[in-house]
Amino acid sequence: MQNFETVEITTDFLIIGSGMAGSGACVEAGHWAKQHNVKVTVVDKAAMERSGAVAMGLSAINQYIGDNTPIDYLSYVQQDLMGLCRDDLVMDIARHVNGTVHMYEGFGLPIWKDDQGNYVHEGRWQLMINGESYKAIVAEAGKNAIGMDNIIERVFVVQLLMDKNDKKRVAGAIGFSVREPKIYVFKFKACLVCAGGAVHVFRPRSTGEGMGRAWYPPWNSGSSSYLTTMAGAEMSSQEVIFVPARFKDGYGPVGAWFLLFKAEATSASGRNYMAEGLSEGGELHNWPPYGKVKPIPTCLRNHLMMIEMYEKGDGPILMHTDKAIARLTEEEPDPKKRKRKLKELESEAWEDFLDMTISQAVLWASKDVFPEQGPSEIMPSEPYFIGSHSGASGAWVSGPEDLQSDESKNEYFWGYNRMTTIKGLFAAGDAVGNSSHKFSSGSFTEGRIAAKAAVKFCVENPDMPAIDDAEVEKLKEKILQPLKTYEEHSKYTTLGAVKKRYDLPVEEVNPNFITPKMAMFRLNKIMDEYVAGWGSQYKCSATTLNIALDLLQLLKEDLHKLAARNLHELLRCWENVHRVLIAEAHTRHKLFREETRWPGYYYRTDFPKIDEEKWGDVFVNSVYDAEKDEFKVFTRPKIKIVEIKEVVGM
Amino acid sequence: MPSFVIEEKCDGCKGGEKTACMYICPNDLMVLDEERMKAYNSEPDMCWECYNCVKICPTQAIEVRGYADFCPLGASVQPMRGTEDIMWTIKFRGGTIKRFKFPIRTTPEGSAPPDGGFGVGPGTLDDQLLFTEPASLKTDKLWTLGD
Repeated sequence: MQNFETVEITTDFLIIGSGMAGSGACVEAGHWAKQHNVKVTVVDKAAMERSGAVAMGLSAINQYIGDNTPIDYLSYVQQDLMGLCRDDLVMDIARHVNGTVHMYEGFGLPIWKDDQGNYVHEGRWQLMINGESYKAIVAEAGKNAIGMDNIIERVFVVQLLMDKNDKKRVAGAIGFSVREPKIYVFKFKACLVCAGGAVHVFRPRSTGEGMGRAWYPPWNSGSSSYLTTMAGAEMSSQEVIFVPARFKDGYGPVGAWFLLFKAEATSASGRNYMAEGLSEGGELHNWPPYGKVKPIPTCLRNHLMMIEMYEKGDGPILMHTDKAIARLTEEEPDPKKRKRKLKELESEAWEDFLDMTISQAVLWASKDVFPEQGPSEIMPSEPYFIGSHSGASGAWVSGPEDLQSDESKNEYFWGYNRMTTIKGLFAAGDAVGNSSHKFSSGSFTEGRIAAKAAVKFCVENPDMPAIDDAEVEKLKEKILQPLKTYEEHSKYTTLGAVKKRYDLPVEEVNPNFITPKMAMFRLNKIMDEYVAGWGSQYKCSATTLNIALDLLQLLKEDLHKLAARNLHELLRCWENVHRVLIAEAHTRHKLFREETRWPGYYYRTDFPKIDEEKWGDVFVNSVYDAEKDEFKVFTRPKIKIVEIKEVVGM
Repeated sequence: MPSFVIEEKCDGCKGGEKTACMYICPNDLMVLDEERMKAYNSEPDMCWECYNCVKICPTQAIEVRGYADFCPLGASVQPMRGTEDIMWTIKFRGGTIKRFKFPIRTTPEGSAPPDGGFGVGPGTLDDQLLFTEPASLKTDKLWTLGD
């Protein structure tokens, strides 16, 4: 095996991940760090210009509160998450987010405006944008704030390092370059984990070369959760997975069709299942109090769809794009104007795909689908971990001091906004639990909030913590082990012994090791079949979850035998190690919460109902002890900080 | 095969250490075969079809062929990205061609100011104000409990 050089980087504040939250962190840290002489460094496994979940672009900004209050926004988020969110975190983002969006305009992001110069809303909270370059633009502002010299690209962070003298204090991080034989060791006073959610934990619906077509990007490999969990930080709502319902196969967005064009979805036979569910005695009344109030929570909308598909056999679900376009054009009596209107609508509809899910455009072109001519199928996807959307998984963090009640101050505040239960370890974006519906703009905003607090931490804790050099040496060896394993055993088989022109994509079968891709397939199969993936119609029980835990244990043992043929595969090995830990945490949280609170995301068939009395006002939290490989799962109270008089809709 | 590189058009970015597609791919898929100076997508089944390699390629050597497990052959969706806008050409399987042009940004590339043009506000490390606030909020003050 080739020699690996060790690159040591000493800084004050390390930002891990430069997606939306990381870019926001750069923008904010740039200012405060300069003022207080704090050194900031950013590390990303990709190129900041197009890293993270918004790499492709977006067609809308989904959080802008306009003239609504943070309490209005909270009412909407709480309703959508079936009661469970952290009031302080949600209101904190909501009170800052308008400023972020106004700054985006200054960066150069084109936001749609009407004739009067007002933003064009897709819904109450959503703004339409020309978002092809959304990520490139906000990343540029971030780069300009801290300088390219402080940004390290194509380095994958494997694990955080704790203070030698205080296991509750973060002190460093270790990872490797995916381009050169180099190990990176970072030493710092504080770090911000904003390394995205997790995809390909569950089996994707697509197969073969289509497997990369997840709704959320395949490079979100559970790193945020892994880094904080392994550091011993308290994690929350790891059971709250998200299942988006989108156009079938391409997973193109339906928001514009539902909200902007007011399209209707029906079962195959044409029944408006949503209206039926809402009506007197309809299914939604079985999920009080959330089922009875509009807007219908995302999981319940999925639930109604799943009943049609799986119980009544009246699938597929159809989005009537044709009827929506016909109705919108009929509203214009002048035939000339009508033609122009149709053209505009067509362009808007295609831009919705081309800005953020080009695959959907490719699919419609491939199948000669014209939305004005007929309906298209929509389908619930495989489950994803995405604390920034209608999921809630992530770290348990301190909120802001001024948004607490007397009661919540003891539970939700411990000094620094967005700091986890580990000193110096901050989180933002998909890495933070229970502050759902922040999307791109809110994640960027949360990155800003966390970065300011982290700089404050550096100023108030000026001593550099010490890392354990012996531990670093051990970790170096562990990180590179998959390359060694391949080298030691590859020549045992005829395929491994041959000099290959390209390493990929041929999988090598060898009794001494497992390839990263096969480890991922094993994980996908376990999660899909026993932990409520699409293959089990999103259903699980204590029985299946316990089977999964046994199988995950075997998989974890096999992860020690991962093999990598090159640095790219070494990246894949460690990404899958990251995925497996969030999979286990998720399974344990699901097992702990004995109710079905989010039907349409997952069902506990042994506890098929929502149980407000026992589970309505608690979060499920956990702490992992890496040395013992043990999870401790427990509850934390959901405290209502403000009174919500009515739920404000979409 | 998600993104693929056309042999004839790829010049390996003329001998640089890395190609433009290697630089940009968010999932580390693109590889340069240094002997032939040709790039290729090394792991098509992990391609998100984000089109960043397609958009950045200086010789327009990269295109996307829809995921074959659910896309019939014959269509193409191809962008031309400039500094201010992007032009898309969609060729349907049946022959229909549609073309759309959308703006991508309103400021010159590289110029995004971190403060968004709002300047530095009165905040300190001890309060709740982000550095551009309250100006960037377009209100007098930051909201808190009781407001």
